[in-house]
Amino acid sequence: MTTITTPPTELEDVRATTATDKRRVQKKELWRNRGLLLPAVVFLILLTQIPFLTTIGFSLTKWNLLYPNDRAFAGFDNYTSALTSGDLWPSIRATVLITAFSVTLAVLFGLLFAVLLDRQFRGRALARTLMITPFLIMPAAASLIWKYSMFDTNIGMINWVLRSLHLPVVAWSTEHPMATVVIVLTWQFTPFMMLILLAGLQGQDKGILEAAQVDGAGAWRTFTWITLPHLRMYVEIGVLLGSVIILQVFDPIAILTKGTGGTKTLAYLLYERAFIGLDVGQAAAYGVVTVILTIIVATIALKSVFKVFMAGGSR
Amino acid sequence: MLANKRMLALGTGAVAVALTVTACSSGAVQAGGGSTGGDGGTVTLKVATVNNGQMKDMEKLKTEYEAANPGVKVNFQVMEEGDLRAAVTADVASGAGQYDIVTIGAYETPQWGANGWLVDLTPALQSDASYDVNDLLPPVRDVNTYDGKLFAVPFYGESSILMYNKEVMDKAGITIPQNPTWQQVADAAKKVNTPDMAGICMRGKPGWGDLFAPLTTVVQTFGGNWYDSNWKATVDTPEWKEAVGFYKKLLDDSGEKDPVSYSFNECLTALKEGKAAMWADASVAASMLEAADSPVKGKMGYAHMPVDKTKESGWLWSWNLAIPTSTKQKDAAIKFVKWATSKDYIKLVGNKIGWSNVPPGSRTSTYSIPEYKDAAKAYAPITLDVMSSVNPKQPGVNPQPWVGIQYVSIPEFQDVGNQCAQLVADYLANRGTIDDALSKCQSIAQAAGDKHKK
Repeated sequence: MTTITTPPTELEDVRATTATDKRRVQKKELWRNRGLLLPAVVFLILLTQIPFLTTIGFSLTKWNLLYPNDRAFAGFDNYTSALTSGDLWPSIRATVLITAFSVTLAVLFGLLFAVLLDRQFRGRALARTLMITPFLIMPAAASLIWKYSMFDTNIGMINWVLRSLHLPVVAWSTEHPMATVVIVLTWQFTPFMMLILLAGLQGQDKGILEAAQVDGAGAWRTFTWITLPHLRMYVEIGVLLGSVIILQVFDPIAILTKGTGGTKTLAYLLYERAFIGLDVGQAAAYGVVTVILTIIVATIALKSVFKVFMAGGSR
Repeated sequence: MLANKRMLALGTGAVAVALTVTACSSGAVQAGGGSTGGDGGTVTLKVATVNNGQMKDMEKLKTEYEAANPGVKVNFQVMEEGDLRAAVTADVASGAGQYDIVTIGAYETPQWGANGWLVDLTPALQSDASYDVNDLLPPVRDVNTYDGKLFAVPFYGESSILMYNKEVMDKAGITIPQNPTWQQVADAAKKVNTPDMAGICMRGKPGWGDLFAPLTTVVQTFGGNWYDSNWKATVDTPEWKEAVGFYKKLLDDSGEKDPVSYSFNECLTALKEGKAAMWADASVAASMLEAADSPVKGKMGYAHMPVDKTKESGWLWSWNLAIPTSTKQKDAAIKFVKWATSKDYIKLVGNKIGWSNVPPGSRTSTYSIPEYKDAAKAYAPITLDVMSSVNPKQPGVNPQPWVGIQYVSIPEFQDVGNQCAQLVADYLANRGTIDDALSKCQSIAQAAGDKHKK
């Protein structure tokens, strides 16, 4: 670091630069900065806004792949049919419920495992790696593993345990489709939450914990009064990211329940309209409606959720 | 608070983008790596196919083809029936040209041929005497012909039959007649049903090609059908109610415990593992139950598909190889299709994999190969018998305005069948009433039928 001193010879120059000049220089700099950002902005627009505009375009078209020659402008017909078909609201309900249950359970289990893994013990690195594995498995593969190895009524492990305990066999996909999907998602996303919360736990100032101990706080008190408030921010991030990912969930539904029993999420509904109904126009209309609703709901819901968190402590 | 707001905006933005992308472009899920045309270099053929045993054997044997045709590489994309149908339809309809050879059902061939999506294979096959196109089984050839042109070649053909474990039936003192009725089968299933072994395994997975393949034949033999001869939907009729009610009772009394998870492959496993005593499904399953590695080999009995009011209720289905017009390597694709459906291929499967794994129901000559006759003696005669006695022009009690048995050959049917299958699945799982399911299904079917009224 060198100290910048203005040599006396340049004093005149300094005096000569007027306010307008300064603004010009600033403006120039601003444009240069913007120019540097331009490639990223163009990339962003290409990747996000153009597909969205195309979707809007499709949604105003009468376009069913089964009738390739019958393609025309449809106005808002697709929106009318999307809103009145009666498929949309159950689907929103399914999406919200599945996301809410899965995220909540994943956070709770994640917290539990994070606390356990925060201690020092032999083989901690190995345990941590093993714990993360479910999140690294492809969602479709995870669903298949659960379908055959866990839920199956003949060869599944859950039913094997139930049978050994002389309890009735449970037909998961048929009788409890929602629980089936939530269980798979919770299993998959617990490691994700655990990782985030573990990072939070390990970033905790040990001095504060020691101080609490000196003040006579027990383990439970320390946890609820010091660790949990500290983790608040990490929980928020986990919930936000988890919700964003699980909102689009598709694989367990396609593989386990096929959208029956209140598990037809928006993503699966869109898939059905686009790839089974082959109605591109209607599928696009569903997509646009979904985006609008999601933005509204997400803004309101997340804001109120975070207000609850904010009330807990000061930041 | 500021940080929170920014995070919020970021989050909602991400949701919006993600959903938009899902909405408009999930078709690209399997995209990437389109076939590369070869100018003297390697030709890569991309084949989309269904994950049934016979198709997987073809994948295993592709090395033989590659060895015999240097410079040609064959890539297989094996999918579940429903996924295959969705992926291939989207690809072919949009002309994306991702696949050079597609596996399609008898349901699609005439419709896609009419749309001009498939290469007419008649000239290429007829000009080749060694291919012997007239050896392809006539009924199966007929369902793949539109306007006198053969748009797809059968890889295998099938009907549906009743398969049962003879040991279990003998122990219970039950004889299954050659032409059983559904009531007889339901009674027998109930008798042999135990906590460890289901009396019968029937498809319950929601999907028109899953649940509704056998269920439509049940409806048809109970006197119902999807449409009458004027394309008026007839789903809310007493015949449907009786048939669907019967199907549910059959499953409740003696079926597998988790029907929503069960379709062809799951039932096949259950039969092999001795977890189900009977199974009414595609006749091609018999060859898998009699395969060398099957635990129930030689213990199975076979009968015609059970009936109620009709004389036969087996379906007629074939999986076929076709070439989309969007392919860039038509000649190489035709050559592969000819190889995979040739007499020599049948012998190749017999010699390399096993005679009971030979794709049945495609060629008449298959049934006169001594090794096959010997290996398939349990089910080959009945398969041929059923396939020649079913009537795709009028499978049910009343006349119908389309040709085909367990499907309606209109483009909307997969959507109609799929939605109705979900409604019926809710009824099977006791989440809704039969009247509710059928009346909703009726209006869905009627909307589709209206487009075809003359």
